[in-house]
Amino acid sequence: MGSWRVYPAVVVGGFRRYATYRVATAAGVFTNTVFGLILVYTYLALWEARPGLGGYDQAQAVTYVWLGQALFAMLAFQGGGFEVELMERIRTGEIAVDLYRPVDLQLWWLANDVGRAVFQLLGRGVVPFVFGALFFPTALPGEVAVWGAFLLVLMAALVVSFAIRYLFALSAFWLLDGQGVAQALMVTGLFCSGMTLPLNAFPGGLGEVVRVLPWAAQLQVPADVLMGESALWEALVFQGAWAVALLAVGRLVQSAATRRVVVQGG
Amino acid sequence: MRGASRAVEGVRAYGLIAGMWIRSTMAYRASFVLTVVGNLLLTGLDFVTILLMFSQVDALGGWTLPEVALLYGLSVTAFGIAQLAFGSVASLGGRVRDGSFDTLLVRPVPVLAQVAADRFALRRVGRGVQGVVVLGWALVAVEVDWSVGKVLLVPVTVVCGAVIFSALFVAGGAFQFLAQDAAEVQNAFTYGGTTLLQYPPSVFGRDLVRGVTFVLPLAFVNWVPAAHLLGRPYPLGLPEGAAFAGPLVALVCVLPAAAVWRLGLRSYRSTGS
Repeated sequence: MGSWRVYPAVVVGGFRRYATYRVATAAGVFTNTVFGLILVYTYLALWEARPGLGGYDQAQAVTYVWLGQALFAMLAFQGGGFEVELMERIRTGEIAVDLYRPVDLQLWWLANDVGRAVFQLLGRGVVPFVFGALFFPTALPGEVAVWGAFLLVLMAALVVSFAIRYLFALSAFWLLDGQGVAQALMVTGLFCSGMTLPLNAFPGGLGEVVRVLPWAAQLQVPADVLMGESALWEALVFQGAWAVALLAVGRLVQSAATRRVVVQGG
Repeated sequence: MRGASRAVEGVRAYGLIAGMWIRSTMAYRASFVLTVVGNLLLTGLDFVTILLMFSQVDALGGWTLPEVALLYGLSVTAFGIAQLAFGSVASLGGRVRDGSFDTLLVRPVPVLAQVAADRFALRRVGRGVQGVVVLGWALVAVEVDWSVGKVLLVPVTVVCGAVIFSALFVAGGAFQFLAQDAAEVQNAFTYGGTTLLQYPPSVFGRDLVRGVTFVLPLAFVNWVPAAHLLGRPYPLGLPEGAAFAGPLVALVCVLPAAAVWRLGLRSYRSTGS
């Protein structure tokens, strides 16, 4: 397991690394705000034609949009977190050096991704969210306790997001070329997380399926906790179950992969 | 005359470079087929979302599914062509940052042609193909009182829309000479633009519609011509002839984009690495 002190250092390193790119962060904030604006108007039209769709009123639908934009970079719905680097290290063979280090591979990357995510929540998430809350009617809670619960659920969402991307990244041991995997990650991440449409507004059987998949833990569950549509314990049980299951599968796949690893390059 | 011969030279060079990248892609045929399928799926998500919305409602902003599909088809087909032809300009910032842009300057070929054809990604046909399929279905499904003018308006609109989006890609690339790290800003206008146009203008706030009509004239990519085809009132009460203003608007977009590109190119300073 190595020294436990190393992981906090990796978290801080991940945070500082992303904090270096100020212009890119500002550009991302601008883009998230524009996409939020476009989505808000389409959702307002949708909820006007069908009030109460998915149990949300208009203000809740608007809140959902801005929450999605705020979490977009943090939870890397379309990829772009640690997994890009991990896949590249597997492809080039540099992963051999990582496996030789006296640290746990999964925990190392989790720490790295937590640092990145915390920066992106603060750097890229806060501004679009405040913009949305200022210019549109939102359904935000007044009690501090709800916000505390929301932060807790957010952390759990990050672990599930990490566990999903870790599995996708490990596939590089067999596939080597990461392009198709990156595309699959993007399609499932955007659609099944509910970035394009809240999962509770999905019709019939499709809706019932996507609401129990692990991607639901990323945006739908935190949104429901924030807006009082779901109890905290219910959310944490759902997220915790998926996090434990996916992290465990990640470990299994990792040990299968490293037992047959053939290092690329010479 | 000199301008014309330079343009011919540019197109020829573009064809050669793009051809080279296509041959290199085709070396891995299976991978290419897979990425095209992935691209189709990814770009199709937007339309799946629209279908899901219409599984819950009959009209969005007063527009029916075939009508919204017409907007979607026009927007995505035009954007797909522009992205295939000029999408690579978006990665200009990377070349400026790592210094490899210098090599493009010493070659006896117009720089824009080289940048646009750089890593020419044939897999991007996925988006255009998907747009054409939706457009084809929409044209059959909508109720239009067809006339010769209306039939001609469809291909003219697609071409003009592609030119407008291409101008956006080039202007966005020029912006990266100034701020290499801010590449994401242009996504707000390119990808944001094509997403916005997939929904009827009646959905959006009046100021937003004004902005994308008079400041950044995206409304002429599909909103105005589609309103003419469907016999709907034009957004912002534009005059009757506005549906046929596409070529003029496209020209008005290309001129400043070309000027900004030259300005950016002239202000370029090598990183020296």
